[in-house]
Amino acid sequence: MKPLNFIHKIKKIKIDIRAYTLIFALLIIWLLFGSLTGGVFLSSRNFSNLLRQMTIVSFLSIGMTLVIITGNIDLSVGSMIGFISVIAAYLQAVMFPTFLPGLFPTLSVELLGILSTIITIIICLLLGLLIGICQGYIVAYGGVPAFIVTLGGMLVLRGGVLGVTRGKTIVPIEDSLRLIAQGYLSKNPGILIAVIAIIIIFLITLQSRTKKKQYGLEIKPLPYDLVVASVYSALVLGFVLIMNSYKGLQIPVLIMTIIAILFTYLTNNTRFGRYIYAVGGNREAARLSGINVQSVVLKTYALIGLLGGVAGIVLTGYVAAGTTSGGMNYELSAIGGCVMGGTSLMGGIGTVFGALMGTLLMTSLENGMSVMNMSVFWQYIVKGLILILAVYVDVTSRKNKSL
Amino acid sequence: MGGNNILKDECILRIESVTKDFPGIRALSNVSFKIKKGDIHGLCGENGAGKSTLVKILAGVYPHHTYEGKIYFNDKELKFTSSSIEEAIKEGIATVYQEPVLVPQMTVGENIFLGREPEDKGIINWSKLFSDTKKILKKYELNIPFFAKVSTLSVGQQQMVEIAKALVQEIKLLILDEPTSALNEAEVNYLMEILKNLKDNGVTCIYISHRLEEFFRITDNITVLRDGRVVDTVRTVDTSEEKVIAMMVGREMKKRFPVRNSKPGEKILEVKDLSVLAQRKMVIKNVSFDLRKGEILGIAGLMGSGRTELVTAIFGEYGKHVTGEIFLEGKPVKINSARDAMKYGISLVPEDRKKMGLVLIQEVFKNISLSNLRKFSNALSIDKYKELKECKKYADYLTIKTPSLFTITESLSGGNQQKVVIAKWLMSNPKILILDDPTRGIDVGTKYEIYNLINRLAENGVGIIMISSELEEILGMSDRITVMCEGECTGILDRKDATQERIMALASTTKRSHSYS
Repeated sequence: MKPLNFIHKIKKIKIDIRAYTLIFALLIIWLLFGSLTGGVFLSSRNFSNLLRQMTIVSFLSIGMTLVIITGNIDLSVGSMIGFISVIAAYLQAVMFPTFLPGLFPTLSVELLGILSTIITIIICLLLGLLIGICQGYIVAYGGVPAFIVTLGGMLVLRGGVLGVTRGKTIVPIEDSLRLIAQGYLSKNPGILIAVIAIIIIFLITLQSRTKKKQYGLEIKPLPYDLVVASVYSALVLGFVLIMNSYKGLQIPVLIMTIIAILFTYLTNNTRFGRYIYAVGGNREAARLSGINVQSVVLKTYALIGLLGGVAGIVLTGYVAAGTTSGGMNYELSAIGGCVMGGTSLMGGIGTVFGALMGTLLMTSLENGMSVMNMSVFWQYIVKGLILILAVYVDVTSRKNKSL
Repeated sequence: MGGNNILKDECILRIESVTKDFPGIRALSNVSFKIKKGDIHGLCGENGAGKSTLVKILAGVYPHHTYEGKIYFNDKELKFTSSSIEEAIKEGIATVYQEPVLVPQMTVGENIFLGREPEDKGIINWSKLFSDTKKILKKYELNIPFFAKVSTLSVGQQQMVEIAKALVQEIKLLILDEPTSALNEAEVNYLMEILKNLKDNGVTCIYISHRLEEFFRITDNITVLRDGRVVDTVRTVDTSEEKVIAMMVGREMKKRFPVRNSKPGEKILEVKDLSVLAQRKMVIKNVSFDLRKGEILGIAGLMGSGRTELVTAIFGEYGKHVTGEIFLEGKPVKINSARDAMKYGISLVPEDRKKMGLVLIQEVFKNISLSNLRKFSNALSIDKYKELKECKKYADYLTIKTPSLFTITESLSGGNQQKVVIAKWLMSNPKILILDDPTRGIDVGTKYEIYNLINRLAENGVGIIMISSELEEILGMSDRITVMCEGECTGILDRKDATQERIMALASTTKRSHSYS
């Protein structure tokens, strides 16, 4: 062991081997389905569908990552988004049409629809937040195990779904709300977004170089950093071009990307992010380091609630109705996605990026198998087995590393 | 060289050119030595010298293919194939670690026979289990109630259970990896007796400890490791503590404790009639003391004397269960949580660094900065570069030996882990630094560095409260010594009046006599 004199060696590009294995697995699965379906799976149309399919679960798995990192779990998210979704549908189909026109008699039908959607979105987000805070409060301050609280929450909210719908599907939904889940950005705004993203990538690269210089840390040669930034830029541009070759960038996919970036930042670059990992890694040490553990746990539940609100809105727009079975089993897909993406159920380990990749992988399996017209029972069996296999591989690779 | 003498006798264990690499670090380099049958063989070295790695190889944790070299046990080469300790136990090698690994809810007997319960067609034969337990305990004169639940035993007694557990397996070689670091003096004495007894019964022992005097009480030979190499194997009677220390650190160590000119300043902390009620028991009863700037106040006492409870109560751990008054620089304060304590400039280096001090699965720098993130962050972001720079400053100041600040803390040696905890608390610039047994399980060289550091802090006006299980350390470091016994403060001694005997007397001024004194 040498004394510390190297720290100038700032982390290179963070090589997260597990994330790369996942990307590798994903590519194999895509190629496999591509060849099995004669290329249909890899068409830009199917690719576009695939991404839209993963959005709803991805919101949940992003939130779930935070909750699981602190060493907790949220089983209620499926029922939660089901409940939020039927509330949204109820507001739009039953409540607002009766009194909104009365309140704003001068507005056109179209504007009333948009107003209805905006109010619905606000209510849904607040509702999700409220549900999250309630459960989080009981877990963090009441000391009831998260598994139990959210299992109870799952039943209560599913009951709520049935209560609101009385077993019937609630329709219709405003077009503006459907747009959120089903709409496409036309081609030019898509390109514009890509260009802005690329500019940001280069700005961040340059800014981090100046920072490193300022603190006397070693910097890589400029061409190296520029090449890395160009690779990322190419990926962004390529992605938008593929999307544009079908109908354009999908609005829910855009929302998902923005939220994923926000939460990646939150987990990596803020105190709160650091605290979640510390709480999950060693609760006692975190507490003795002056971290308010209970408030950190409460906040993770508030965030998953908020994301549940987003997911509920997108779900409503996607099915264009409030249904009794909305969100059923989504909690399991979300947990599966997180775990597949390397999040440890023991707490302390996990990334938003991993969770997204895990969710994408699960959705790819689902999508590929339905494109192949595989029977639903096989789909369940394959998904279950792959989940176990993925975690088995992860566990064994970790064991080898520690030896 | 004592090694030649060993050659002539029968060896139970021959280690031949064992080399073990970890990514980036050579933990053992060409290690060879022999252990005579029936001996107590001491193994000493600083943290990171390779003792633990060697123990893990012998105990079967690192299987045969993960290291180079050969190990012969009773002239048969050991080739463990898996990383489970079962193979080693089958060969007759058992290991007792510093922290007992027992099932706390089970009784002593159940723990001793865990996994090998005497059974009759799949049904446990309880009467045989208990009578066998009794027999074992009696044979080796282990003084533990065999029907007691392990959770009710002291750490020392749990250590005995571990030993008994090893003994029922008819082992030939018992490895004791720092068994005494969690024990008090009386318990250590008792353990020494037991080891002598085992030796009389023909069991060979490898004994590892950071307390050198123990080697001279029981071992026959001592092998010293440094930086993964064997420095020498010597007969205990031919050497001395000073010589062993010199071999361990590679230079002569004149003094165990650095000299310091203490100039205590004004009163910084005053505690009046502090009592703590926890789980319907008074764990602290009416304790009063004060602390001055630049003063080192030692707290002595046996394990369970309330010394840890006293400092954690000051740190806000018991919240509203505390009565009495605490004054900081003359002003009364209420401290209800660790956060409150930090606001007032109090830092606590906790007793158990793994459980309470560190997030082991995280990088070194994240651990150092954990309680000080506000220094380089606003509501929206952490300035990582500033953070790293600051962490590096403290890592250098404390000479933390780590391949990088991005290394996972778990992979550091115990002493370096402790330095990480201390770095964390130094970064918060405390006015009062509480250290709960800061050198537990740490080697002589690192201990000396930590003493130096404590002295430097005191010279800069930090008030220091230090708990220690080692009387020598308390005597060598403190300006004044508070002695605790059964939750009460039984005396406060000045440095010049304090002796080991006086402290021990105060520490056992009890109504209830201690279990094995």
